[in-house]
Amino acid sequence: MEPGEIHALLGENGAGKSTLMNVLYGLYQPDEGEILVDGKPLKLKGPSDAIAAGIGMVHQHFMLVPVFTVAENVMLGAEQVKGGIAGFLDRRRARREVAEVSERYNLRVDPDGVIEDLPVGIQQRVEIVKALTRDVDLLILDEPTAVLTPQETEELLTVMRSLKAAGKSIVFITHKLGEVKAIADRITVIRRGKTVGTASPTASRDELAALMVGRSVRLTVDKQPATPGRPVLEVAGLVVDDDRQIRAVDGVDLTVHAGEVLGVAGVQGNGQTELIEAIMGLRPTLAGTVTLDGQPVHGWPTKKVLRAGVGYVPEDRSVDGLVKEFSVAENLVLDIYDRPPFGRGLALKPDAIAKSARERIEQFDVRTSSANAEVGTLSGGNQQKVIVARELSRPLKLFIAAQPTRGVDVGSIEFIHSQVIRERDVGTAVMVVSSELDEVIGLADRIAVMYRGRIIGIVGPDTPREEIGLLMAGITPDTADARATPATATDGPAGEPGGTAAPAPEGPGNEDEA
Amino acid sequence: MAVPGVAVAAVDAGFWTRTRKAGAVLLALGLLAAVLFGALATGQQARFTLSETEGGAALEINGTIGAILFGIIAAAAGGALLAVPKRWLSLLLGVGLVAFVVSFLCWQVSAAPEGRNFMPLVNVVRGTFILALPLIFGALAGVLCERTGVVNVAIEGQLLMGAFSGALFGSLSGNVWVGLVAAAIGGAFISLLLAFFAIRYLVDQTVMGIVLNLLAVGITGFLYERLMQTNAEKYNSAPRFGTWEIPLLKDIPLIGPALFRGNIFLYLGLLLVLVIHLALFRTRWGLRTRSVGEHPIAADTLGVKVLRLRYRNVIMAGLVAGIGGASYTLALYSFTKNMIGGKGFIALAALIFGRWSPTGALLAALFFGFADQLATYLGAIGSSIPSQFLAMLPYLATILAVAGLVGRVRAPAADGKPYVKG
Repeated sequence: MEPGEIHALLGENGAGKSTLMNVLYGLYQPDEGEILVDGKPLKLKGPSDAIAAGIGMVHQHFMLVPVFTVAENVMLGAEQVKGGIAGFLDRRRARREVAEVSERYNLRVDPDGVIEDLPVGIQQRVEIVKALTRDVDLLILDEPTAVLTPQETEELLTVMRSLKAAGKSIVFITHKLGEVKAIADRITVIRRGKTVGTASPTASRDELAALMVGRSVRLTVDKQPATPGRPVLEVAGLVVDDDRQIRAVDGVDLTVHAGEVLGVAGVQGNGQTELIEAIMGLRPTLAGTVTLDGQPVHGWPTKKVLRAGVGYVPEDRSVDGLVKEFSVAENLVLDIYDRPPFGRGLALKPDAIAKSARERIEQFDVRTSSANAEVGTLSGGNQQKVIVARELSRPLKLFIAAQPTRGVDVGSIEFIHSQVIRERDVGTAVMVVSSELDEVIGLADRIAVMYRGRIIGIVGPDTPREEIGLLMAGITPDTADARATPATATDGPAGEPGGTAAPAPEGPGNEDEA
Repeated sequence: MAVPGVAVAAVDAGFWTRTRKAGAVLLALGLLAAVLFGALATGQQARFTLSETEGGAALEINGTIGAILFGIIAAAAGGALLAVPKRWLSLLLGVGLVAFVVSFLCWQVSAAPEGRNFMPLVNVVRGTFILALPLIFGALAGVLCERTGVVNVAIEGQLLMGAFSGALFGSLSGNVWVGLVAAAIGGAFISLLLAFFAIRYLVDQTVMGIVLNLLAVGITGFLYERLMQTNAEKYNSAPRFGTWEIPLLKDIPLIGPALFRGNIFLYLGLLLVLVIHLALFRTRWGLRTRSVGEHPIAADTLGVKVLRLRYRNVIMAGLVAGIGGASYTLALYSFTKNMIGGKGFIALAALIFGRWSPTGALLAALFFGFADQLATYLGAIGSSIPSQFLAMLPYLATILAVAGLVGRVRAPAADGKPYVKG
């Protein structure tokens, strides 16, 4: 690292970027190797050593105490005190310090704001202010844009530029190519815990992507054109709140036909999770209707929805999809354990459960030592196959898969994709929600893009990535036209938007994971 | 901006805000009091004397009139809450509840048999403080522990161990101060075990707390039978702290005898409330303690030593609770088996009811102490209300508090969660 440099650390999920930086910040201890600062080796026993050495870090999950004010969070660990041994906090000074730093780097924050009331983008600013008040020279930003809206991302990049101008070095960890190209001076690519190359920001996206994943990027799925039949799932005017009682789904209309895959694309946190949970009866619907084969199902308990012929692969398999401590066989009948042949009255039929488990393990290629192994001991891909096997073993009308291949190895991805298409081909209506745009494009026959709780557009799978990317950032061809001046309106959706916050296709924010 | 407006709906609680709900409940209670207590009260005078005897200065009101009048005041406060903004909540709620209690007392006192139909307020106030004192120490021990992220169900055991070692070492040495120090160490012994198993070995803190309570009952019970019962002269005759009267202040009517004619434990308890309150919210130690109780990982990334701070605070909690236990054996009674008798759990209730704050815990402890004192008083005047009903009050209040009926009760976010680095 050099002073005044923005160094991007690029790599897939699980490549070891965050671990490396946690070592650098003293949170983890290295097994081997050393860290050099200004040519001298540095021993870090804890974060306080790192701070003393001028290293600051903004973690992916913010390290802020939610019930504290901004000033309290900033001063924690480096409190200015008065009154001798009693150590009374000098709040006025802390407040002034926050104000000074926010002034100097143009990071507007209210020192008296309580963290839990602040939007995510502002919380991140507090994190940066916190690091800057500790006089760091090197700032590590761990996946800072994962939770930001495109505008907030743009503001963050502006902040990073001004920090660079002030001579601070920045390590910018990400897996989003567009942001890297927009801001980095130098790029190091990490794969499976090793540096696999360095590149300059002028390198093309393909080169970077190839370095990152080490294989051809685009996953293609073999499939025939769909033959859509009757509408199976119809969602009309659906309104749902998230856990914080903030509107997450704001009037969604959707139809999924038998024998087609509807892909739902969008930056995470635009209401996809809540939409699916509402359909599944896991979350109350405030308005609107959900019908399955013409029968209204909103307000039904989840069990009834499942019994009506809906298969569901939840977003987070370890929390919602599996009981980790249960065996593979038990997990395979979680949905129908109380029905013949697996259960009768109060009793379970272990033989029937074991027999069906063996069949499904075979059929879905689940790599496990036995049907009695704890499901938590399986790899992510095989855990996911257990869920898919369970859900696809019932006769379905509708199959909903949320992030079906998140954290899953390549072999399992291909298998799961082929199972999804097979289910489509037997005439089931399929809905796939994924934040991996390639997955949506590969699987879907139609793509619905969600943005801020609404379906902002429905396009075919042959639509250029850039156009879908713009939709994910909330820019429809209409709004782009409307804002462009009449003279340049012919540029269409690719035209440079008039506002500063709306990113161009290559810009940050609308970039999907490569 | 390039994007359409954000659709973020503010939460609309509708007409029935928390303030209005509280008001409606209070209104109903007040009307009930006016009708029911008014009907039950006799036309006799209800005397509330400032001294301990029937004579002397007194507040006096006709029982029926008083019951109805204060019931109406409570109802009026409730009615007002339906119309005023939220910031009036605590004031009006306080006025209303006090009026309700007074209405109740007008009925009870006026209905008492001749010669006992008066209420000596001095005794009530003083008794409230005396009964609240162990609760104050216990709840403060809870504050110290739980604000730093360790659940302290072992308050009962810490109080008991403090009481026991205070009695034992006070007797052996013949010196109250030695007894006091020994009591603090006894409480700290139990909390050190809690800290060790909860922080080092990540044992479930609630289970550990219960186990420690049983351990304290077992150890002290065994030693009580072996030592104190066989040779009470030597092992169970601790000297006692006397009453320290504060000149001038002790002559203030009503609160003088209660607050300024007490023993060291009264002054120490009140002082500790103030000190811990200031320390928790105004000092570096307090900021770090609270951060560790809320978000230990964040504290760790800023160089705060999470485990060390937890150890230190849990041990301090034991010291405080140990002194609380000594407030029995070095001031009031000699040690008896299981003499704390559940006060530690009521202290836990006071901690929760007081929302994990020292001042809140003080008020909750006083409230529970008052209920306790009232039960005694009602028993003495031969009231028709079974004293068990009033003894239920602390637990009932805690259930209501935890259910969120008295404002938002939120424990420190990391309370009870062990911290494992990395």
